[in-house]
Amino acid sequence: MTEVFCPENILEEIKADQIPEKAMAKIAEGYRFSQACAATVDNHLELSYSFAHDETYQFYTFRILPEDGEEIPSITRICPPATFYENEMRELFGANITLIALDLQDKMYRIEEVQPFAPEKKEGE
Amino acid sequence: MAKLANFTPTILKNLFSKPATTTYPFEPFKYPEGTRGHIENDIDNCIFCGMCTRNCPTRCLTIDKATHTWTINRFDCLACEYCTVVCPKKCLHTVEGYQEPMPEKSTVTYTMSEEAIAAEAEKKRIAAEKAKAAKEAAAKKKAEEEAKAAAEAAAAEAAPEAPAAE
Amino acid sequence: MAETTAKRSIVPYGPQHPVLPEPIHLDLVLEDEKIVDVLPNVGFIHRGLEKLVQKKDFNEMMYVIERVCGICSFVHGMGYCATIEKVFDVEIPDRAKFLRTMWSEMSRIHSHMLWLGLLADAFGFESLFYQVWRSREQILNMVELHTGSRLISSVNKVGGVLKDVDDDKLKILSKTIDQIEEDMLRVQKVFFEDYSVQSRLKGIGILTPEQAHALGAVGPFARASGIPLDLRMRGDNAMPYIDFEPITSNDCDCYARCYVRFMEVLQSIDIIRQCIAKMPADHTLVTPVKGNPQGEAFVRLEQPRGEVVYYAKANGTKFLDRFRVRTPTFANLIPLCETIKGENFADLGLLVLSIDPCISCTER
Repeated sequence: MTEVFCPENILEEIKADQIPEKAMAKIAEGYRFSQACAATVDNHLELSYSFAHDETYQFYTFRILPEDGEEIPSITRICPPATFYENEMRELFGANITLIALDLQDKMYRIEEVQPFAPEKKEGE
Repeated sequence: MAKLANFTPTILKNLFSKPATTTYPFEPFKYPEGTRGHIENDIDNCIFCGMCTRNCPTRCLTIDKATHTWTINRFDCLACEYCTVVCPKKCLHTVEGYQEPMPEKSTVTYTMSEEAIAAEAEKKRIAAEKAKAAKEAAAKKKAEEEAKAAAEAAAAEAAPEAPAAE
Repeated sequence: MAETTAKRSIVPYGPQHPVLPEPIHLDLVLEDEKIVDVLPNVGFIHRGLEKLVQKKDFNEMMYVIERVCGICSFVHGMGYCATIEKVFDVEIPDRAKFLRTMWSEMSRIHSHMLWLGLLADAFGFESLFYQVWRSREQILNMVELHTGSRLISSVNKVGGVLKDVDDDKLKILSKTIDQIEEDMLRVQKVFFEDYSVQSRLKGIGILTPEQAHALGAVGPFARASGIPLDLRMRGDNAMPYIDFEPITSNDCDCYARCYVRFMEVLQSIDIIRQCIAKMPADHTLVTPVKGNPQGEAFVRLEQPRGEVVYYAKANGTKFLDRFRVRTPTFANLIPLCETIKGENFADLGLLVLSIDPCISCTER
């Protein structure tokens, strides 16, 4: 029978401005950038950046819970594969990601509705 | 090492053997067993619970309990078989053969037959009568018990009064 | 000597083009016939399928996620069910694990044979294209016999599988895969040694292993550059009981990608044979699951095109909060742009095809 590698997935919660240095540390350890996604839970945004190791098949995820409108620095200059994911998060969820290297100016999917998944803005704020 | 004319043996074999295509309209097509073609309903067993209507992913089914009909819009149906999984009486099943093309979208309605409606009404009437009889028997029993208890209470009241009156 | 600069022109390529297999748009900066720079653009097939999570409960959502793509459809259905099962923390019966492995290998054979045919068509060898697709009809008949439909199988359920396979069907499958192996071995010489095939495929589209790792390449695209990344080594479903090694090649060009995918067809036939021999006798197919899901989960599987990541977030009601599918072509687009730079314009259709693009998966 083949040897299988099945480690448990790890989740770590960090602040928005720590993501570039954490990403650089993981890449130096030999991880590959795997995916980035966003979710709207209870009217708040939650971002997840994931890195995968190709020899031990370990999957490490960083979780960011930004405040409304908080700026999140982009990691595309360290990690070019993150381009499309960050553009998608900005266009569909309204995440305020700044200084993306290849900025598609919200025209990636060309949809009619503006930020369909974004959390609803409260009245009077 | 690169070689030329590697494909020639296959070409010669194909030239002298039967073609891979079949002459479809002239030869009927044999579907493999268990193909998902379209959904049919064995309407006489249906109890009109509405589970299939609520769970259909494309919402192509409608039922009407008053007139005992079950309607399906075959052009919207995906043949995903989820309705056959949730049906409690297992009266929905898949039949092979795809939906035939038509000039506009239309629905197909299945109505319960007269004997089945009559049989169901008969079953309901018998069940209602049984329930009524059971209810009357229970009420009678309760009334008898209450009368018995009242009689005992009256006897118990009369007994202490008699010694008190003495 | 006076310095001369070549004239640069910007050419839009796609989404409609006779050579392009999928609707992707590339803005190319050309210098006389050589491609110098490229700007990719996707977004023509965006249907917003992930928004339907708010309208359809978690059992019906399976049928939506299956229809994200036609070629990779079985693995999407299996991945959705595996993610929801991980949120519920249930384990499916053994026979369901073996059936899921067997059907996903059949789906991999059909996808790779489709790609081999399209590759032959892209460099003009139409007889080889139809020869491979003629053999592919046999595997599609087998999928229809087992699950009811050729491409979209609808046979997974949260907790197991819906249909069982009896011994007659396994015997027919066994005979058919012997026939497919014989057909593929007959065309193997044409794909690997023919002069016309080698002159079109060797030496173009080079991606070094360091570039592949830095840019996040996955699947056969990365294995052709020497990185042994195969998610089946994680041991989901029946893989711990199967003998299997990832296939890699050190050539890093389009010829290596053709070699890896061809050998994977033969490897999948071997895996199906092992599954048939080791199929457990206990016929339970479903572990019942009660209530609504609560929590989140990440699941990674190996699709024919590479690593696919599923993410589900549930909050205790029957509607999920979020379901996200990250398909392998989304990850392979950036390395593709790197391999295109420096190649001739005439080879562009072949290069875009060599990553096995599936744009409807990319943009659900």
